[in-house]
Amino acid sequence: MNAYVGTPTSRVDGRAKVTGTAKYAGEFPADGLVHGFVVEATIPCGRIARLDTSAALNVNGVLDVLTHANRPPLADNDEAWKDEVAPEKGSPFRPLYDDTIKFNGQPIALVVAEDWETAKFAATLVRVEYEPSGFATDLEGERGSAAETDEPPKPRGDAAAALARAAVRHEADYVIPTEHHNPMELFATTAVWDGGGKLTVYDKTQGVQNVHKFLCGVFDKKPSDIRVISPYVGGAFGSGLRPQHQVVLATLAALALKRSVRVVLTRQQMYGLGYRPMTIERVGLGAKSDGTLEAVTHEAIAVTSRYEDFARNDTGWAEQLYSSPNSRFSHKLVHLDVSTPCDMRAPGAASGVCALECAMDELAVALKIDPIDLRLNCYSDRDQSENLPYTSKQLRECYARGAEAFGWSRRNPAPRSMHDGNELVGWGMATGVWEALQMPVAVRIVLTSNGHAEVSCAASDIGTGTYTIVAQVAADALGLPIENISVRLADSTLPQAPVEGGSWMAASSAHAVLAAAEDVRKELLSLAGKMPGSPLADAELADTVLIDGSIARAADNSRAVSIADAMRHGNIERIAKEKVNQFDEDKKHARNTHSAVFAEVKIDEQLGVIRVTRIVSAVAAGRILNTKTGRSQIMGGVVWGIGMALHEETVMDHRFGRIMNANIAEYHIPVNADVHDIDVIFVDEPDAHINKLGVKGLGEIGIVGVPAAIANAVYHATGKRIRRFPITLDKLLG
Amino acid sequence: MNNFQYSRAADVADAIRLLAANPGARLIAGGTNLIDLMKENVERPSRLIDISRLPLRKVEETADGGLRIGALVPNSDLAYHPLIEQRYPLLASAILAGASAQLRNMASVGGNLMQRTRCAYFYDTATPCNKRNPGTGCSALDGLNRNHAILGTSASCIATNPSDMSVALAALGALVHIARPSGERTIALTDFHRLPGDTPHVDVNLGAGEIIIAIELPPLGFAQNYSYLKIRDRLSYAFALVSVAAALELEGNAITQARIALGGVAHKPWRSLEAEAALRGQAATVDHFSHAADLLLAGATARAHNGFKIELARRAIVRTLTQAADATPQSQSHKKIA
Ligand SMILES: Cc1cc2nc3c(=O)[nH]c(=O)nc-3n(C[C@H](O)[C@H](O)[C@H](O)COP(=O)(O)OP(=O)(O)OC[C@H]3O[C@@H](n4cnc5c(N)ncnc54)[C@H](O)[C@@H]3O)c2cc1C
Ligand code: SF4
Repeated sequence: MNAYVGTPTSRVDGRAKVTGTAKYAGEFPADGLVHGFVVEATIPCGRIARLDTSAALNVNGVLDVLTHANRPPLADNDEAWKDEVAPEKGSPFRPLYDDTIKFNGQPIALVVAEDWETAKFAATLVRVEYEPSGFATDLEGERGSAAETDEPPKPRGDAAAALARAAVRHEADYVIPTEHHNPMELFATTAVWDGGGKLTVYDKTQGVQNVHKFLCGVFDKKPSDIRVISPYVGGAFGSGLRPQHQVVLATLAALALKRSVRVVLTRQQMYGLGYRPMTIERVGLGAKSDGTLEAVTHEAIAVTSRYEDFARNDTGWAEQLYSSPNSRFSHKLVHLDVSTPCDMRAPGAASGVCALECAMDELAVALKIDPIDLRLNCYSDRDQSENLPYTSKQLRECYARGAEAFGWSRRNPAPRSMHDGNELVGWGMATGVWEALQMPVAVRIVLTSNGHAEVSCAASDIGTGTYTIVAQVAADALGLPIENISVRLADSTLPQAPVEGGSWMAASSAHAVLAAAEDVRKELLSLAGKMPGSPLADAELADTVLIDGSIARAADNSRAVSIADAMRHGNIERIAKEKVNQFDEDKKHARNTHSAVFAEVKIDEQLGVIRVTRIVSAVAAGRILNTKTGRSQIMGGVVWGIGMALHEETVMDHRFGRIMNANIAEYHIPVNADVHDIDVIFVDEPDAHINKLGVKGLGEIGIVGVPAAIANAVYHATGKRIRRFPITLDKLLG
Repeated sequence: MNNFQYSRAADVADAIRLLAANPGARLIAGGTNLIDLMKENVERPSRLIDISRLPLRKVEETADGGLRIGALVPNSDLAYHPLIEQRYPLLASAILAGASAQLRNMASVGGNLMQRTRCAYFYDTATPCNKRNPGTGCSALDGLNRNHAILGTSASCIATNPSDMSVALAALGALVHIARPSGERTIALTDFHRLPGDTPHVDVNLGAGEIIIAIELPPLGFAQNYSYLKIRDRLSYAFALVSVAAALELEGNAITQARIALGGVAHKPWRSLEAEAALRGQAATVDHFSHAADLLLAGATARAHNGFKIELARRAIVRTLTQAADATPQSQSHKKIA
């Protein structure tokens, strides 16, 4: 009955996307639509002394300039402003709330005009005088003020002492710069005025119900007054988890003007949203001379804003990967005059595991053993922080399959030992790890007697392929061809779903589909069983399946009743069932995905120019629902990992507290020329514990480990250890 | 972006007239640089004079065996023009090292010569910058200057010229033909771009009411021994940290003519006649190339973050000259450096 699950099914929304019929938030039409353009603060800290909008208001076509001084009411309490993903500690930023400036690029006014160009022009005429205050934006400069946050995994043993007496010890700082998501689609909202204070809000978001609840709170609206829709998202990678400025501003303007309003942020303005926080990762590893670990310490010092404590698990990952009798972790925050960071693909792990895996490579060099052997020496079959076994962990197999595909055995371990013409060749590897989370998600299936089904859920598809896997799982569970399944997502009126993030949506939505489909089958069975001479009379639910448009006995599919006959007999046109996925978060297992990443770099010996010529990523992530979209997820992660290793860095001038490369000409990500062979291997990982299908999720594991594998390859090629990312050629010249 | 008037020039004379009649007006050709600067409010023209349809799109042979290239020839057409590919492959290579295919399709020869620096402060109106706003100071001097100039800088400005095409044109000894109210004039490309001095807001020697109508290439194209090597922070679609255009004439292993121009290191394409003279009559060896590199980089100075460029330029010069001498020019599609 798995005609679709586990196959390379093409995206069901692919055609709509490539032909342009898929509509994004900034593309929905509305009668009388007007346009807002954001005016931003140009200082990082202080207050607005005077805001003169008269010249802007005089421009023909300008309808209004909204500021903190003339805006409609906004909620005055943090509870209302705290969305589902907001940090626990802190007071969320409130656009146009008052005259305080908390970060450079903060929205301070919205010019609304008949057309976008007029609004943009008039925005240049808004005059602002500031009362600036002293500020700080430099993490390294303010490192001394770092303060402990949250609770990372508990210490085990006495790591400091064990590190001090270890036969072989490696300790170093690794610096990961601030990075921005730069999704292709700009952040946009079209707030459609439905009359009587009601709005339909088309927003770029990873969670329509999160935005819905947030808007109702911020604007004191009844749930039925606002509907949030976001059918397609052109990438978000975490930047769309929290409701962003533009959705507040568009809604505010629509309520103020009682008209439909669109606000699209510019690429430059998107640098005022969240980002991967810069971190200084200090890793200490102590080993016995036999190459087993004695101590692991990992301290992360990260940026956050003055108004919220954003922190993710950068440091605990060694507990999952490497057995060591002693460990200590700490996560510290430095509060700066910047906007709050946010989740960005594999938050915490992308940075923390990068540092850990570079450090492991340095330790292997110090121990004079192969980096894979070091990892196998201290391979952990348990999550040490909770002392739990895994639902499944085929990381050993990842090392073996990856190494074989890469040709690792042919590696000469000596740095600078491999050449290709003018280029030094380097081979490096690293481990990746991520969580396999599940969240409650509700799915509704409406089956009609003609054998078509609509499957609906409020979850977003942020480009990862949710439409497709929901259709695949539903087609298999309902025994229908995939063409007969239509999937509706990302409408706040649909069944409940959390934000799409954390790689939890595939497993969660798939099992919600299974649960709802089972209820559909139950009803079909009760209809079919009552038919005269039914081949299913007295059949137990567990002994039946839906197959080829019929309900049949599992043991003998020829004893079947077609869906059409069963429903005609029961005199019903449609069966509608809604169900939430059930999952057993037993406290007896740890749940993770793993990978082994191998990288080849070629570096011009004199000029330092770096090419990443090969990557092999062997991934163990349970059952792969769709090998085509799954592979594409991993490849995307690998490309991003190349960028993290070599290119990405948000550069700030701390004298002004301003980002100086807020555009994608100067903020570098890999271009085609930087991306060569990428080989993705899915390692078989049967998992009987995690959920029925054995699915873990793939959204983030693809990036983790890649930057470290490349950095380690750079070391192997050149003998130079670059601990400050990105690895640009100037760092190799010296 | 500000509000502006728009006129389409009927012919070159009309464009000159419109320029003279509208102080604060700007010519627009492909728009790939000007519009970006307008979006950032760096350029705030009162009027755009659209010259994109003027008949300046020809590549013609001149009487002395050179080529005359109309100011509106798109960068990609020029790079793939058979006469350029055969006789001036250095120019084709430099153009293809720049920007992206889409941008090269839009960009014109004249606009490319006129493109402005990519200094981040120049682009950010919230920061001081002498080039954008004379007298406000240079934020790059003690700021983010990793991409900035090491040669010909001043206390007012350390910006670089970002053009790749201009570097090849400088090496080839191109001329710039300019139309003006009183007729036409011609200036060597090496004299067209200026050093910043204390007037960094003036990039080029082009007077009010003047329009570039063509560039001219002299007959000698160095089609055998040339190379354009561009070193940047990713393998394509990034501005040069350092680029080198090298062109040699060889008799056996002896150099009879040498041209070297550097990009990414100064406010204009950087040549040193002394370095070129020193190579003449010498054997094409790494030692001689290194000596030329020293002469080219004589007087190079660095600020806090761009010191690496001096050594990088030195090595890149030697490599590019080696590629040129070996007749193994750098490929712009295969990114491995030969
Ligand atoms: C993302 C990006 C990356 C880029 N990367 C590179 C790169 O790697 N290397 C590189 O060399 N370039 C690069 N460029 C720059 C590109 O080459 C220039 O934008 C282009 O050449 C400008 O040509 P245009 O016709 O579009 O000029 P326009 O934008 O139309 O005009 C630019 C200026 O020239 C003036 N002008 C135009 N024509 C004339 C004329 N005939 N006479 C007098 N003045 C004139 C205009 O008034 C204006 O001030 C890049 C650009 C972008 C946007
Ligand atoms: S280097 Fe030149 S362009 Fe850059 S800030 Fe200084 S004056 Fe402005």
